[in-house]
Formats: sequence, structure tokens, C-alpha cells
Amino acid sequence: MTSIVEKTIFELSSPGRTGVAFPDPDVPRVKLPENLLRSDLPLPELAEVDVVRHYMRLSKFNYSVDGGYYPLGSCTMKYNPKINEDTARLPGFAFTHPLQPIETVQGNLVLMYTLQEWLKEISGFAAMTLQPAAGAHGELTGVLIMRAYHKSRGEAKRIKMLVPDSAHGTNPASSGVAGLEIVQIPSDARGNVDLAALKAACDETVVGLMLTNPNTLGLFDEHVEKVIQIVHECGGLIYGDGANMNALLGILRPGDLGIDVMHFNLHKTFSTPHGGGGPGSGPVGVTEKLAEFLPSPIVGIVEEATDGEPPLFGFIEPKQTIGRVKAFHGHFGMLVRAFTYIAMHGPDGLRQIAEYAVLNANYLLARLRHTYRVPFDRICMHEFVAEGKVEGSDVRALDIAKRLMDYDFHPPTNYFPLIVHEALMIEPTETENKDTLDAFADALIKIADEAKAAPELLHEAPHKTPFGRMDEVKAARELVLCCWLPEEVSKQ
Amino acid sequence: MNIPANFKFSKSDEWFDPATGKIGVTDFAQSQLSDIVFVEIVVGAGDAVEPGKAIASVESVKAAAEIYAPVKGKVVAVNDGLGGAPEVLNSDPYGAGWMIQVEGADASGMMDAAAYAKYCEERAH
Amino acid sequence: MTYIPISPSEREAMLATIGVKKIEDLFKDVPAKHRFPDLDLPPALTEMEAAAELGELSAGNESVREMVSFLGAGAYNHYIPSVVDHILRRGEFYTAYTPYQPEVSQGTLQAIFEYQSLITALTGMEVANASHYDGATAVAEAVNMAYAQFRGKRTKVVISPAVHPQYRAVLRTYTQGMGLELAGDDPGADLETGPASLRSLIDANTALVVVQYPDFFGRIYDYTTLIETAHSKGALVCVAANPIALGLLKSPGEMGADIVVGEGQPLGIPLSYGGPYLGFFATRKQYIHKMAGRLVGETVDNRGQRAYVLTLTAREQHIKRERATSNICTNQGLMALASAVYLSVVGKTGLRQVAELCYHKAHYAAGQLSKIPGFGLCFADPYFHEFSLCCPRPVAELNAHLLEHGILGGYDLGQDYPALKDHMLIAVTEMNTKDEIDALVDVLSEASHD
Repeated sequence: MTSIVEKTIFELSSPGRTGVAFPDPDVPRVKLPENLLRSDLPLPELAEVDVVRHYMRLSKFNYSVDGGYYPLGSCTMKYNPKINEDTARLPGFAFTHPLQPIETVQGNLVLMYTLQEWLKEISGFAAMTLQPAAGAHGELTGVLIMRAYHKSRGEAKRIKMLVPDSAHGTNPASSGVAGLEIVQIPSDARGNVDLAALKAACDETVVGLMLTNPNTLGLFDEHVEKVIQIVHECGGLIYGDGANMNALLGILRPGDLGIDVMHFNLHKTFSTPHGGGGPGSGPVGVTEKLAEFLPSPIVGIVEEATDGEPPLFGFIEPKQTIGRVKAFHGHFGMLVRAFTYIAMHGPDGLRQIAEYAVLNANYLLARLRHTYRVPFDRICMHEFVAEGKVEGSDVRALDIAKRLMDYDFHPPTNYFPLIVHEALMIEPTETENKDTLDAFADALIKIADEAKAAPELLHEAPHKTPFGRMDEVKAARELVLCCWLPEEVSKQ
Repeated sequence: MNIPANFKFSKSDEWFDPATGKIGVTDFAQSQLSDIVFVEIVVGAGDAVEPGKAIASVESVKAAAEIYAPVKGKVVAVNDGLGGAPEVLNSDPYGAGWMIQVEGADASGMMDAAAYAKYCEERAH
Repeated sequence: MTYIPISPSEREAMLATIGVKKIEDLFKDVPAKHRFPDLDLPPALTEMEAAAELGELSAGNESVREMVSFLGAGAYNHYIPSVVDHILRRGEFYTAYTPYQPEVSQGTLQAIFEYQSLITALTGMEVANASHYDGATAVAEAVNMAYAQFRGKRTKVVISPAVHPQYRAVLRTYTQGMGLELAGDDPGADLETGPASLRSLIDANTALVVVQYPDFFGRIYDYTTLIETAHSKGALVCVAANPIALGLLKSPGEMGADIVVGEGQPLGIPLSYGGPYLGFFATRKQYIHKMAGRLVGETVDNRGQRAYVLTLTAREQHIKRERATSNICTNQGLMALASAVYLSVVGKTGLRQVAELCYHKAHYAAGQLSKIPGFGLCFADPYFHEFSLCCPRPVAELNAHLLEHGILGGYDLGQDYPALKDHMLIAVTEMNTKDEIDALVDVLSEASHD
């Protein structure tokens, strides 16, 4: 096989080429600060066509939602409507400065205010911040709010965060960086939070519980109200991980259930693109009693409407705010996309998203449960977890995942959640049709046959992708992290 | 599974050599971690250690682990060479892969080789 | 059901396979009293209607396309070459996930690897990660990293009052549970002296010293001496740098910085009312295991081809969980790509040109403005493309006047620094023509005698 390796942008560079020219200054040149000039600027030199072809070639090495099916559990890789990309780039949005006087950005502020209101309505919370930049950032924001609430009540001794073992890995990390101690709560035989263990852990030192519901097994906790009650009884708060909101739109408002704080992932539930790893956006909703601790500022009405004049929207600082979590106002471009998406769905459309996400997951579960063991096998929500093992074969979840690429599917999330061995976590999303789901199920069933008949086919997969399995040990031990090194460094 | 007969072992898979006072991680631990790419010893000569106190932090390509002191004692030496060659923990966990050396340690309460072998077997389902 | 491609008959077939009668039956675990709430939201719009509504909201703003802007203070109006957005709009890039499956993600991985390399080159450092949310959170992560580097034993951070006020605010939020002392974080502090005033604050308990380059007031200093002082006390130094300035100015790496972070927005990312932007983060190799964020490294695949993977992932939150330095689990992937395309296409010559244009135009503007009676430059130190202008009237009044002439005036420094009441922070970039600068001078001159 011939190698299709693409040179790096530095290797493609040729001295003297330029990509973009800028005009000469139309003002007199002044003396540059001699003692502060850099000696060398080791950037590449390329023409525009070189740059375009380079990135075009790279783009072809990527699997994407636009290119195919991406059933990646817990990531909600749904189709990203094209109109979102257009609205986010409207000049009034894309070319406004974050520090402009509010009178000149009423369009932005109306959009943000309305989105806050919509998200509050969708989730059942009393107040909302749009500032957090991603889900994990929202978690940190929420945890800081919970702690600030307890402190304001003279309960600084509350330092323990309860985290079920079926939670996302970011939950313990978010609490950890906020300086809290983590207490892990096991799951019971049906994949719910173990009530006895929860009761035993609840005392006057508990900040709260970080609950993912539906959990990472894709299951709705059958005792969720009891879980919330137990934690509330010891004075703790409930943090809801909203990563799985795609299962709940129009089905259940977490605020109604008694959850106190929750982040959204606009890049999962509301179709803003994942961008190869970001940017995300993680608005946080809270109940009334926590509203005054929200990050500052939030968007509000600063002058009420008068006869014939609309209200003036601006920024409001919550009374006991935890402070800023980010410069400026959050990932505004993502907010425009999410706004567009919600506007185009309305209440019925949002409910259909959750209904079809859950329908698709249960359909795949029904088609696959006889081939791959599903350890917590009951009606699932928007995703489910199967074991990536085949009786009579030594193949592992990793092998099955890699082999799926040969059938032109992106593999499911694997080896997560940790409570299922050889986990394959499958989230179909609502934007796939039955033909695609069937083709995916057929491929997985065929792979199970291959696992028995020709396991080496799986061990060495993928075969049809432009690149094969990677030497991750070499990457970590030899650590080549850039294709250019300042000379003085490489000489050392 | 390599388990030296004269060493003592902890439940969190550290070994202690009563003859030299050296401490490290077991063969079982290194194989569970897989390819180790980073070791940082977080105590220095003169420090007091006791069971439960972290002595090192280890990262492999797929896992991260804290290594704890299996005994109480005073650190007299640390293996400075590990930082530059973390793979030694995989290749020679009981020899060149030692982490720290302590004095005045008491290994009572630790498992002997036979008990540890059984303990490993129970977990290798 | 615009985006749901399942027909009613297919739905019925699927329900039959599942073994339930209707979709509602799938939600029996959801407590009945809260199930299927009526959401009070406006009815769905078609794409055509949504486009019109969003168009109207967008038109409710006055953008820097319509106005002449001299507003900076951490977000800058630069020219974005056309090619940047063309690449960004490739579905192969923007609809891909985090590259956890390297066999089918080499596009994203190589682009991040090149981004890391470009940032390394620009900052003069040895290694850069795949990015943070923005400049402010990158500063906070630098503090986390230094704190972890000293294993919590050093509990003081010295931060210049001339670091962006919002960055300092974010840092205060991030560190509120850590028991850290933030020395120097005082808007009433001496702002004249510059970095020398920080030296006396650095002691053996100091984990990190944070300065900005150019600082919030646009001033540029050689931090070499400050960095030497910090190192002599065993502390690390983080420089928050403007990447366009680095096209012209000595890199923080050359000055000896241990960590270089910054807001990457000027590198081909639209103002977009404050985000999404890009926090870049670079450091020395020896600190790599304490650095947060994703990292891409070079390797080979099983066919012997050079390729790239996410590496040292055991440092990250999904493995290290509560012991991780940071909880970050995204990077600003697409924004990092934007900056990589920008740096590739403007290249060595173009970036220097942009930086020089900013420099010359800002100095022309400062020269003209300080000739107006009552106006003057607040600081005597060298500056890059932003400067603090002392005004004879409140900044808000002047800005209102400028706005009437279609000019977006500078940032009101009195909001954050009591001593700088009636001081305007003016930013000039390559986008500002001489005519625009002259118009600014004319309007302010007129406003000063009103």
C-alpha cells in the first residue's frame, strides 16, 4: 500500500512564498522598539493554494457526521443543521465586539435573554447563565455555586461530593479542582444509584450529589425521586449532569424533579457542531435559592419597556455571585446556533427529538441484544451499553470498534462506563434513519461472526481506512509534540 | 507472575524488601497499568512516610495511579533514574524499578509471597 | 420533523421490533406526574422563517463592519483572510468529534499537531497543548499547573494589576477553594512603575508570577529581569501574550518565561460578541505532566506511516478523575484550526506585516490624539497597538459623542481602575485607516470643547 502521509505545514514551507499581502501603512512609519524586537519568527511560508490543498487533504482523513454514522455514546453526535452555520455568521453577530455599549448590541442581548428564558422553560429552572464554555466548565460553575450556597449559610464544613460510579469522568474532576472530597456511590443490580450506600454516605458534611440521569448506562434511574429526597434530607444539593438531555427534551424537566443545578451541553443536545473537540457551550440552570450565586454577569432587562419603546437589555450582577468563569459572555456563536435550533423545533419538535432518540436506541438494542450481552437490559433511554465480547472468541471491545471502521461506521464509545467490562456504549441519536440503523446492526452482527471465524481480521482492524492502528507507546515515550523546535532548544 | 519469596506485599500492590528497605510496585501492578510512560516520586530523602501516604505518581498509556508507602519509615534514598526511564517499571519492577528506600520500617501486617500470590490470583478473573 | 428522517410506517415497524405499542411506552421509568410537560415555547419556525428572524436580531446590532472601531481590551478587530472560513466550513472538520479514534481522525490530529507547533514557534516555548477556552481560563489553568507543580506547598500567586481585569476575575473564581493568596491583584495599586513593582512581592512561597504582554494598557516591557528574580526565588512565571504582538516583539520564551498563554482570537477568529475564542497554552517540556489539556504527539501506524495520536492522556480528567490538574475535557478544536490556517496563510512575512501596521497606526493615532488640548498619553512606556489616553471629560460622554459619528470609542478604564477615571484605552489595528484615525481625532477634538 502506498503511503498517503501528508507533509506538515512546516515541511511544505518554501522561503519567499506569501499567502496574504497587506497594504503598506498609510501613516508615517515610526521607529520600532529596537531592544524589544524578536530576532526570528519561525513561521512557515506558503501560498494560499498550498494552504488550501493542505487542509483539504487533511480534511479527507477525517470521519465526520456529515460523512457518516457516528453512534458515539454520551457524545450525541447528531446531524448539525447547516442553517446554524449561516445564522452564526450573520455580520451583526459575527462582527460585534464584546465590550460594545449595550445600546448597540440589543440584537445580541435579546437573543441571549430569550435563550436563557427558553432553556429555563425546557429544564424547569428559575435562572440560567450562558457563560460556561463547555460541559465540564458548566460542572465547575455548578459545583462552585453549590459550595457558595452552603458557605453563605455558615456550612463551610460541607466538603464531600457524592459521585455515582456510573457518572461521567468529569464529575469527580470538577469537584476535585473545586477543592472537594469525592465519595463514590456504587450502582445496584439494575443500574440505579444504590440507595443503601447513598444513605450511608449522607451526612452534614455533604455538599451534594452529582447525578447523571439518564445515567451513563443509558438508564433512567428508577428511584430518582428517592435519591433526590435522601440527599436533600441531609442538606445536600443535587447537581444534574445535563449531558444526556437529548433523552429528556419535552419528556421531563429536571428542575421539576428536584434537581438544584444542571448544565446543558449545547453541542450535544442543541446541535452545535463538535468541531473536532470544541468549542462547546455549557449553560447552567439553577433553582430560585441558588440564583444569586450565578456567575456574573447574566443578561437581564435593565430598563423596563415603556409605551412604544421595547425594554433595554443589559447585564445584571447576581447578588452573591461566584464571580466570572470566563472573559466576556460565553461562546456567543454557539448560542446563536442553539437559538436557531430551538426556534426551528418549538415545543413539539423538541419532544420529538427525545422520542426518536429513545426510539432509535431501543430499536438498536432490540436488534443487538441477542448478539452482544447487555448487562443492564431493560428499556433504555437515548443510549445503551453492550459488552464488546463474543462467546468463543478472544476479541475485545477495541477490536470490534476498530473493525466497524472497515464497514464505514464510526465506532461507539468503548471502555466507558467503567462499570461494564469491555463496554460498547451506543447512542444512535434521532437524526438517523432506519436504513442506517439496520446497516449498523447488520455490521455488528456480521462482526460477531467474524470474531469466531476469523478473529485476526478484528485484531488487526481497521484495514480499509487510510491509517491503521497507532503505536501509542511510542507516542508517549518519545514525545514528539511539535514539528518545529527553536534552534536554541534543539541544540540543548 | 513474578513474586520474590523474601519480599512483603501490600493490598495496593507495593512491595517492600525487608533486607534493603527498598519499596516499589509489583509485577502484577505494572502489568495492570501496561506501558508506563511517567513516574514522579513525590517524597525526598529525610521525609517520613507511613501507610497511606503517596510516595509516587505513575502514568501509563491508559491509566494513572498513586503509589503509597506500604510501611512506616524514614526515606533514606529515592531512585532518581526512574524519571528518565519509566519503562524500567515494566521491565524490572523488583530491581532497577525500586522507588524509594526507607529505614526503621516494620513490615508486620504485610502479606508474604504466598498470600500475595493468592491475592493476585483472586483478582485475575 | 425536519431533521428526523423516520417515516410513520418505519416508526411502527421499529416499535414492533422493540415490543411496545407506542413511543410513550418507552418512558415509563419517568415519574408520571412530571412526564411530558407542556413547554411554553414559541411554535416551530421553518428554516425560511428562522433565517428571517435571526436576520432581524442580527440587524438589531451595530457591528464593527458598520462602525469604525477603536475598541480592544482583549478582543481585536483584525482582518481574517477569506481562506480561513472556507476551511472551517468543511464538514469533515466541524462535524467531527474529538479525535479519540486516530485511524479516522488524522485530519484533526495533524491540524492540532501543527497548531501546537505554530504556537510553540510564536511563543518561543518547547511545547503547546491543544488549547483552552480563552485567554482568561488559560491564565487560571497556568495557576493550577504551578500549584500542582509545587504540590500545593507554595500558596501565593503574584499577578500584575495590569493583567486584564476579567482574567483576574476569572482567576479569583477558579482559585476560591484553593487557599491561594493572589498578591498584586489590586486595581488601586501603583500602575506607573510596571513590572518592577512586582519584584518585592515575590518570595519563597510564590508558585507563579503572572504578567501580560503587552499589558492591559498596551505597554510592552522586557520581563527578563522580573523572570530572573522569580526564578531566584524558585517561582515560575506565566506571560499572557497577544499573539499578533509576537509577530514583531521578542518572544516570552526568549525572556525565560515558564508558561506562555494568551487569547488567540486575533489569529483569524471573528469578534463574535466575545466567543468562541481560543486560549493558547505553551510551556517547557519539564512541566508537561502538570500541564492540563489535550496533547497530540507524532507516532507511526501499523503500516509504518507517520501519524498522530492524542498522547499522555492519563494526565486528563477522564482517567485521573479527582486527581487531575484540570477538569477540562474539550479543546477549542475548531478555533485552534482557524488560528493554524491563519498563521499558515499569513505566514512569517504576513504576521510581521500585520504587527507593524498595528504598531505604526497606533503610534500615529496616539501622536495625533495627544496633540488635542486636554488629552494626553497616560503612560510614558513603549506600547504596541493599544494605549491609555487621558481625557478631559468622562469617557462615557465622549464615547456617546463618537457613536453619533459612527465611531466605536475605546474602553473606559475607570470601570476597573479608580485612578484611571477619565482614561480611555484605545486600540488600533491594521483595519483602521489614516482617515478613520483622523476622524477620531476630529470628533474628540470637537467634543472636548463642547
